[in-house]
Amino acid sequence: MSLPLLEVRNLSVDYPGRAPWFFQKNIPKRAVNNISFTIPKGKTVGLVGESGSGKSTTGKSIIRLAPCTEGQILYEGVDIGNKSNRDFLPWRKKIQMIFQDPYNSLDPRSDVLGILSEPLEIHFPQLSKADREARCVDLLKKVKLPAEYLYRYPHEFSGGQRQRIGIARALAVEPSLIICDEPVSALDVSVQAEVVNLLQDLQEQLQLTYLFIAHDLAVVEHISDHILVMSQGKIVEAGTPAEILHNPQEEYTRTLLAAVPKLS
Amino acid sequence: MSATPLLKVEDLTITFHAHEKATVAASGVSYELNSGEVLAVVGESGSGKSVSALALTQLLPSAPTCVVSGKITLEGINLLSLSEKEISKYRGKVIAYIFQDPGTSLNPVYSVEFQIAEAIKIHRPEISDVRAAVIQSLNEVRIHEPEKVAQQYPHELSGGMQQRVMIAMALACNPRILVADEPTTALDVTIQKEIIDLLAHLCRQRGMSILLITHNFGIVANFANRVIVMRHGKVVETGSAQHVLENPTHPYTQGLIACIPRLGQKRHRLTTLPTELS
Repeated sequence: MSLPLLEVRNLSVDYPGRAPWFFQKNIPKRAVNNISFTIPKGKTVGLVGESGSGKSTTGKSIIRLAPCTEGQILYEGVDIGNKSNRDFLPWRKKIQMIFQDPYNSLDPRSDVLGILSEPLEIHFPQLSKADREARCVDLLKKVKLPAEYLYRYPHEFSGGQRQRIGIARALAVEPSLIICDEPVSALDVSVQAEVVNLLQDLQEQLQLTYLFIAHDLAVVEHISDHILVMSQGKIVEAGTPAEILHNPQEEYTRTLLAAVPKLS
Repeated sequence: MSATPLLKVEDLTITFHAHEKATVAASGVSYELNSGEVLAVVGESGSGKSVSALALTQLLPSAPTCVVSGKITLEGINLLSLSEKEISKYRGKVIAYIFQDPGTSLNPVYSVEFQIAEAIKIHRPEISDVRAAVIQSLNEVRIHEPEKVAQQYPHELSGGMQQRVMIAMALACNPRILVADEPTTALDVTIQKEIIDLLAHLCRQRGMSILLITHNFGIVANFANRVIVMRHGKVVETGSAQHVLENPTHPYTQGLIACIPRLGQKRHRLTTLPTELS
């Protein structure tokens, strides 16, 4: 088998905890506890679980928004989890993230051009201003927004449009892996369907790989090739969508499935 | 079905005036809510579902910013014609609200006990032991260790617990109607199920009516008796929840229902709303 795009080996993430008393050492809180999984190139791996199960922390630790306390994160065989921030820079543009809340994840004082060109300035400093602008127009086209939106500000857009801008920003640096942290849970069902379809189209066009974090099992089942179920910092079950759905092994997975309100 | 509905909304029209232009948020909305019934209001963001619920107790900005016309009748009284002083007797006491985001609806600087007690002191002055009433209301929403939670502050509680506190606060005054504005959107699926089960139980136990605002058809199917579908401020479809979900007649309702990804029915692409409807 060829090398997976991303392999996580025995990853644990600790957050600084609270000291029981002021002169004592603080006790770190373990958010992710010894998990391992792989993401093959061009595939979508879904990560489901309740709030507090560590699913977002897992996604964040891959792009260093959370510390990688123990274990390894291998990107095409290279351990990126234990590199210094400076050495990590070349990988920043290979791994991007789409956030849950399209209202808080865009800078309200920057227009769309500013939002989209900032990552380009950092990762493609050789581009001229005109080139950057041309690329931004191209990005808007990719996420199916008209080019005249370039000079508008985030407050002028609806939730679905903002999420598209968030996707365009992630695509700006031509990443291979995108971590989608609950990208559609803040959206209406009709808009949710459009954004999910857009993500799938982009995956086909650009051979993207997704780590899709969500708590809505129906959406995860729809988009994923492989599903991981997390609970209390551990992966309790892994399998194809059909296996998880029709033959769940763990009590926790069954609880999650039973909680989804069924139509009719 | 009882002859006279508990709440009757007739031809409710809400217009916002800002920046020298008028925006019609709801136009000609009419519905009835019977006692003990769960009525779901479904629609996308901007369809006017929350605004028309806020109008029930005059919670919208006053004229000239916002002009509300129509008739909202509760036990023979038109709520829209009441003065500020008169409507405040209904607000929280007869019609109580639970909002979408419990994190921002609770006051961060007061303890849970203080916030629930405040509602009880205002609306039920006959209760002498307010503390006991607070504990009882927390018990009713199945909070373990209510004495401990009563002393805590909102930031110390999880989202599900915060929402329970909101429900406890809304129910402390024994309202006839509970308006639940997307009560579970901010919560996990497992917690969502617990909250919905809790609301269903309280609704049966007290014979309370619930106006449930949601965009989740799954919840409508499991919990609501009747449903109204709103779009661009207008009611496009009404009927029993089962009937609307199984045989939607309006193309918008059909489109919305088709958009929902269903567990165990994997399709290559999700259906989206046709452009003329979105």
